[in-house]
Amino acid sequence: MMKQLSPARKRLLDNALTYGIVIVAYLVLQLLSGAELLSSTMEGLLIPICAYVIMAVSLNLVVGISGELSLGHAGFMSVGAFSGVVANVALQQLIPVNSLRLVAALAVGAVMAGFAGFIIGIPVLRLRGDYLAIVTLAFGEIIKNVINCLYIGVDENGIHFATNQAALALAEGGKAVVKGPMGASGYTKLSSFTAGFILVLITLVIVLNLVHSRAGRAILALRDNRIAAESVGISATKYKMMAFVTSSVLAGAAGVLYALSFGSIAAKKFDFNASILVLVYVVLGGLGNIRGSVIAAALLVVLPELLREFYDYRMLVYAIVLILVMLLTNSVGIRQFLAQRFVRLGRVLSKRAMKGVEN
Amino acid sequence: MNITNLLFNLVNGISLGSVYAIIALGYTMVYGIAKMLNFAHGDVIMVGAYICFFTMSKLSSLFAPGSLAATVVPSLAGVLLAMVVCTVLGVVIERLAYKPLRQAPSLAVLITAIGVSYFLQNSALLLWGSEPRIFTSIVGSGSIQLFGGQLTVAYTTIVTMLTCVVIMVALTLFTGGTKMGKAMRACSEDKGAAMLMGIDVNRTISMTFAIGSALAAIAGALLCSAYPTLMPTTGSLPGIRAFTAAVFGGIGSIPGAMLGGILLGLIETFTKSYITTNLYDAVVFGVLIVVLLVKPTGLLGKQIREKV
Repeated sequence: MMKQLSPARKRLLDNALTYGIVIVAYLVLQLLSGAELLSSTMEGLLIPICAYVIMAVSLNLVVGISGELSLGHAGFMSVGAFSGVVANVALQQLIPVNSLRLVAALAVGAVMAGFAGFIIGIPVLRLRGDYLAIVTLAFGEIIKNVINCLYIGVDENGIHFATNQAALALAEGGKAVVKGPMGASGYTKLSSFTAGFILVLITLVIVLNLVHSRAGRAILALRDNRIAAESVGISATKYKMMAFVTSSVLAGAAGVLYALSFGSIAAKKFDFNASILVLVYVVLGGLGNIRGSVIAAALLVVLPELLREFYDYRMLVYAIVLILVMLLTNSVGIRQFLAQRFVRLGRVLSKRAMKGVEN
Repeated sequence: MNITNLLFNLVNGISLGSVYAIIALGYTMVYGIAKMLNFAHGDVIMVGAYICFFTMSKLSSLFAPGSLAATVVPSLAGVLLAMVVCTVLGVVIERLAYKPLRQAPSLAVLITAIGVSYFLQNSALLLWGSEPRIFTSIVGSGSIQLFGGQLTVAYTTIVTMLTCVVIMVALTLFTGGTKMGKAMRACSEDKGAAMLMGIDVNRTISMTFAIGSALAAIAGALLCSAYPTLMPTTGSLPGIRAFTAAVFGGIGSIPGAMLGGILLGLIETFTKSYITTNLYDAVVFGVLIVVLLVKPTGLLGKQIREKV
């Protein structure tokens, strides 16, 4: 028999397991990469995996922990990505060291996305349920649309914004960084797998500590029963905003990491489908379960690549897997049917579903 | 701003809005009764448009070109067949994917709907390929001239508006007068009580999906008549816009979907021609946000008081 652990001990072990999985995965992948055992596509996926893990964890903070369905999370990634790219080009002379410039770009991207999150959070958090979801969708589309029309150039006088390339009026030697629908291109790639790994760890530290803090308990209380929580003096706006802004800051950082791992990036990459993709990671990983988000995001970024042999069918398979997992884990009828046939499997599934209800 | 230009935009806006309204009806009816956001609705439109397209191209060779039968029969058969296929598709989707999840949390249903949407898009991609097909308008490419040729209105535009009016009247009569319509309203009010009154809730929900999908087929044919490029992803963007329209008018409300759809079409058309050609999406969604902030349940939505 296992000894009953105190809640604090249990949490410590739980968190240690999450960090452990991430660190071990990093070490194994780093070794495999060093021994050149990874295919070039896998090699290219390492940084996107990190970016999507951060996206999933940060979205889980809003959808799972704070209980507000957000359908526009890719918008914050987009804000972060483009401000990070502009910062990268603008700071080229000032900070010649690549790793330091990456940190600066990450900071700029995170701050800009956080600012966007704050501005958007003011109207969004006044709404409830499906209406809140549709407004986040709307903001995501607006961000995409605006960035799609934005031209940003950098020259010795500073940063210029315009709605077409001619209006940028750059001085001699200036460079147009973001070119409307063409997006940004021709900047130095700064991201590395190690940087991504460190960012994932920082994200986990921030989110896990927030969830287990006093503020985190307030956020959970608001999710479970807003009226009851408000009646004991918890400020709904303050704590929901805290979760929302933290989440957008992290999404912005993920956007910088993602954009700076490629040579070019366009606004249409961060559309409604991108937001939905991250939401799928969160839901399949388990709402409110941070470790689940990490694992689901990592696996699901790799899955389409593993299905490459069935290239034409891979998205179809993905769709079917998605529907089946949802039916298996959520349908009362199917669970009972399975419980009768496969007693043990049924028990595991119903336990998981019960947990889902509690969360 | 001259007056014929204004009229031209008005007519086109209402026509585009009519298509949005027809799609939005599907969203709003399903939401009203099953309380779920059916994200696969946009893809049912696409399936309907494909069925209509293939039927029309198969049949049009059977008739002498230029004759009345050659324009009427293939389009009519195409739309009807598309309606039948989409109705069956809608009911089957509901039965297989959504019905087992009646008691599940709404997020699980949402993700399932997204799964169904991916499934339909990728099946279409495998079945019909990714190259765009050029849809011929179901009412021919003619147009009428008004005000001595100053204002040109395509037949498609007129037929779209008329269809929308017919559907609106028919749906109002249906939900107000027939037994099934009353059952639908009862289910959307309170499912448990409706069941106790002897209403077959499952059959009512199936019926809602059937009507919504049949409307989606009509919307698909009309949409592709106005914007003739047909691809497996054709349905997703109008789907999202129509969903916005449904929320705009107050989701769950049938007149709301109509109003929201037409307003959205007008805003889109006028923004495109008078303000900006690039940022119209931002304007449309911006208006939506402002409306929701002033009236959090949409223009005609019911305010539901929260109970502890």
